[in-house]
Amino acid sequence: MAKITFSLGGVHPDDAKLAKDRPIEVLPLPQTVYVSMAQHLGAPAKPVVAVGDVVKTGQVIAEPGGFISAFVHAPASGTVKSIAPRKDLAGNWMTHIEIAVEGDEWAEGIDLSDTLVTEIPEDRAFILDRIKANGVVGLGGATFPTHVKLNPAPGSVAECLIINGAECEPYLTSDYRIMLEHPKEIVLGAAIMQKVLGGCKCVIGIEENKPAAIEKMRAAVGELHLGNIEVVSLKKKYPQGGEKQLIDAVMHRQVGSGGLPISVGAVVQNVATSLAVYEAVQKNKPLITNTLTITGDCLPVEKMHNYLFRIGMPLSYIAEQAGGVPEGAAKLISGGPMMGKAIANLDACTVKGSSSILYLSEAATRREPETNCIRCGKCAEACPMGLEPFLLNKLARAGKTDELEANAVQDCIECGCCLYTCPAHLPLLDIIRQAKGQVMGIIRARAAAAKAAAEAAKAAKN
Amino acid sequence: MQSTMNKMLVSPSPHIHSAVSTTSLMRDVVIALLPAAICSVVFYGWMELLILAVSVASCVLLEYVITRYLMKAPSTICDLSAVVTGLLLGLNLPATTPWWVVLIGAVVAIGVAKMSFGGLGQNPFNPALTARVFLLVSYPTYMTHWEAPQGLFGVDAVTGPTPLGMVKEGLLQGQTVPQIMSDNGLSYSQMLFANIGGTAGEVCALALLAGFVYLLVRRVIRPHITLSIWATVALVSLIFWLASPDRFTDPLFNLLTGGMILGSCFMATDYVTSPMSVKGGIIFGIGIGFITMMIRYFGSYPEGMSFAILIMNAFVPLLNMWFHQKKYGRK
Amino acid sequence: MSTTIIWTIAIIAILGGLLALVLYFVAEKFKVVEDPRIDEVEKVMPGANCGGCGFAGCRAFADAAVKAPNLDNNYCPVGGNDVMKKVAAILGYEIKEKAPMVAVVRCNGSCENRPKTNEYDGASSCKVKAALYSGDTGCAFGCLGCGDCVAACQFGALSMDPVTGLPVVDESKCTACGACTKACPKQIIELRAKGPRGMRMYVSCVNKDKGPAVKKACAAGCIGCGICQKTCQHGAITVENNVAYIDYTKCKLCRECEAMCPTGAIHGVGFPKPLDKEAVKTRIQERQKKAREAAAAAAAAAKAAAEAAEPVKKEENNG
Repeated sequence: MAKITFSLGGVHPDDAKLAKDRPIEVLPLPQTVYVSMAQHLGAPAKPVVAVGDVVKTGQVIAEPGGFISAFVHAPASGTVKSIAPRKDLAGNWMTHIEIAVEGDEWAEGIDLSDTLVTEIPEDRAFILDRIKANGVVGLGGATFPTHVKLNPAPGSVAECLIINGAECEPYLTSDYRIMLEHPKEIVLGAAIMQKVLGGCKCVIGIEENKPAAIEKMRAAVGELHLGNIEVVSLKKKYPQGGEKQLIDAVMHRQVGSGGLPISVGAVVQNVATSLAVYEAVQKNKPLITNTLTITGDCLPVEKMHNYLFRIGMPLSYIAEQAGGVPEGAAKLISGGPMMGKAIANLDACTVKGSSSILYLSEAATRREPETNCIRCGKCAEACPMGLEPFLLNKLARAGKTDELEANAVQDCIECGCCLYTCPAHLPLLDIIRQAKGQVMGIIRARAAAAKAAAEAAKAAKN
Repeated sequence: MQSTMNKMLVSPSPHIHSAVSTTSLMRDVVIALLPAAICSVVFYGWMELLILAVSVASCVLLEYVITRYLMKAPSTICDLSAVVTGLLLGLNLPATTPWWVVLIGAVVAIGVAKMSFGGLGQNPFNPALTARVFLLVSYPTYMTHWEAPQGLFGVDAVTGPTPLGMVKEGLLQGQTVPQIMSDNGLSYSQMLFANIGGTAGEVCALALLAGFVYLLVRRVIRPHITLSIWATVALVSLIFWLASPDRFTDPLFNLLTGGMILGSCFMATDYVTSPMSVKGGIIFGIGIGFITMMIRYFGSYPEGMSFAILIMNAFVPLLNMWFHQKKYGRK
Repeated sequence: MSTTIIWTIAIIAILGGLLALVLYFVAEKFKVVEDPRIDEVEKVMPGANCGGCGFAGCRAFADAAVKAPNLDNNYCPVGGNDVMKKVAAILGYEIKEKAPMVAVVRCNGSCENRPKTNEYDGASSCKVKAALYSGDTGCAFGCLGCGDCVAACQFGALSMDPVTGLPVVDESKCTACGACTKACPKQIIELRAKGPRGMRMYVSCVNKDKGPAVKKACAAGCIGCGICQKTCQHGAITVENNVAYIDYTKCKLCRECEAMCPTGAIHGVGFPKPLDKEAVKTRIQERQKKAREAAAAAAAAAKAAAEAAEPVKKEENNG
């Protein structure tokens, strides 16, 4: 039987799931937490508390700053010390709410028990409201507000909900651990989202290198008697967990350029999001915790951890808890080695979408000096979007935006396969990402101009 | 904590890289060519080893001198591409070639065909082939004269012209193809096991094929170009052979002789001078196969592979412009 | 034999004649009528095609200049006043002379002043680096050091100083085309008036952070203390967003701000003598002292006058 996988490109890095046998541990609270207002894609949230306010765990401290935005809740109880700019992990300023932690007293109405609530609410609006009010965002990387994604524009019909358990990024094991430790909650979360989307079918995709997770999830589906949820084993190939790749693999459909998954009837959510949805809807628990992996190639396995963290914890605090930054570490990464962000500032704090602190050694991560392109075409072979990175690189360096657009630079998903695979060590993605931003700007400006022109024409008619 | 960040690296993603580099790819090509090189030394003796040594050494040295002293840039010999060019050039020359002709070949390959365009990745034509064709045109006596010295370990080397040469010669004298074949005692097993006259690299088909399989297994190259050349050569020769078996040689003969294997497996698949897309590569292969057969059947040269590859090299920019791979979610 | 030669010559001659005719008619038919002055203007242009004027190249500029009603909006920064005078002469227009400009790098963040906090390992491009993060030093505003400006300069006027890690402008080559100012993602490079005999003052920092943060990141950054603003007698200095800026149209090159700047963020270049900081400081102090005394005296005088005036008032009231 042909394995389920996406049709174009892909690479096979060593999966290095070194921390997979480390159970999830709960991190103790630090003395101070700093909650970023940019926890999600879209507009930053607006603080609704003032300096000196006493807050309880789970209380709303910031409200959405726009349509695509989300609520932010206090990750611990205590006093608001300041609302001021603080550097994020890239060293850029962002408003943070500083809370001096005094105990962990939860706000009322939150179910903190371990009992599994299997009865799914019937009211769609109620579910969506709970998801929105509890600040759930996509935890697969993009942190797109979940209530927006689960509420597609009228006229579009969801045919298949895909729960992404691929975890195709090397090293990361947080999704794997929650699938092992909370399979029923994840399946119930999926069932809740199925209900919101009008009872479409649901596929949970897990890469073949996690047989234990596949087994656990299948058992959970069986025990909960949820007939229209299917757990499938996917081929181990990066970027299997890319939204567009997963849709291609599971549904054999391809999302058009610039289109949303819903245009082909698909909605993709991560397993961690599914767990957050379960907690938000069934337990009324806001998204203030998530799982994060401490791992790396220069860390002994006994020093690796899978932690349940609260948002707003300084990364340096978490690193200390895990035994400090290891000797041989040359680069610290938040996220996976293929798409994660290098940490320039370890004093930055965790956000909803944090998934790891990855320590890579110099040997594993330092880039080799770039040499001439030998036109081997391996980048094009590896590109899961079927683009030609060698060409885009050349056009970008020449500043030819028209040709870049014609060669679909805007379709790039920034998965890193081209740079990973280039034998000449050319910084292909660095350059292409830059060009993509430029071309996207041009496309947006053109769309805005067209809209303005249409409106002007309409106004002139009236 | 901040102090520990001092030495930390920061870069855009991805943060890891595959083990494949230009050097590792070239090393694989060298390894793939070794069986053929060893084979040719066994059949043609120490003279052949001398040719290979002169060819590789002069290519590497030339590249070093040109990069360091003419281009005033860091030397690029460590990427082993000069070694590959040297090996291919050596395997493309008859075992009797004088050392100074080899040296001239190296100057043309590295100096003219490669470095004058800016080095690795910039050259439009395959350097080793350019040199071979240059020598073929400039020194036809040396390049088509096969007087093989004694092979090693008592292996009998073959004297006389290449099978393709015999056929061309015979046809000019009014003989038919089957006559020529039987007169000269040409058999396919001979061709497969290196028992025919020709350049070092043409003689042992099996050793070359072993190298080709190694490159495929190591995923250094994809097979589409080679296969499309073979298919075209087989198809074209089949049509002509069926039409007139007296005048035209059969498909198997054409696949096994005259540098077909060396050319289709190692020269046409050269990254720099072949199209990037699979579609482009197939057209490229068809072009090579067709031109080769036209030269072999109707040209004055008995052998057409080198010319065919060079001619198609010239079309690569066009093929790259016309053929792109399939993009996700687009027609 | 001879017939062959004759025929060959004849055929070639006829062919040549025919083709010449065809060429002539085609050239006549597709003749483009162009204002001859465009060619003339283009001839006097520098021919760098740098785009510094805002047009695609020198010919495009010439075309626009010929069509424009005056030369107010068309100025070639590379050619400067000399070239523009020639253009004006061809077209019969007046030109507004402009002060010659030069690119100025407003960052003091040398390796010594601004220690590295991490090591950048991505593509050597300031744009890529700026999009990724705040940079490999504590300063999020300063030079990123990857040389996008050097690559953008067509005149070879910019180079990276290997010691400081900052770009250096070769004034003799800089044509003020502005390509570098557009290439720099941090907008550090500014075109400023060259100044009399090349003398000019500028604040060599664009860091908008508050004083302590700047101090932590860089030893020679502008901390926005405002001393320069208070010192300046010509109203040339403004402090906005925690960073000082010298308006070169108002600056009188007295160098007092430079002497008073606590961090050395203000630079004076092209001056014949090095700045004697102490002398200038003493001069300022004396002036301030005098001013204080004068102010005190004036206040005393005013007070005395007021006192003197008061009884009169009372009397008046009484009257």
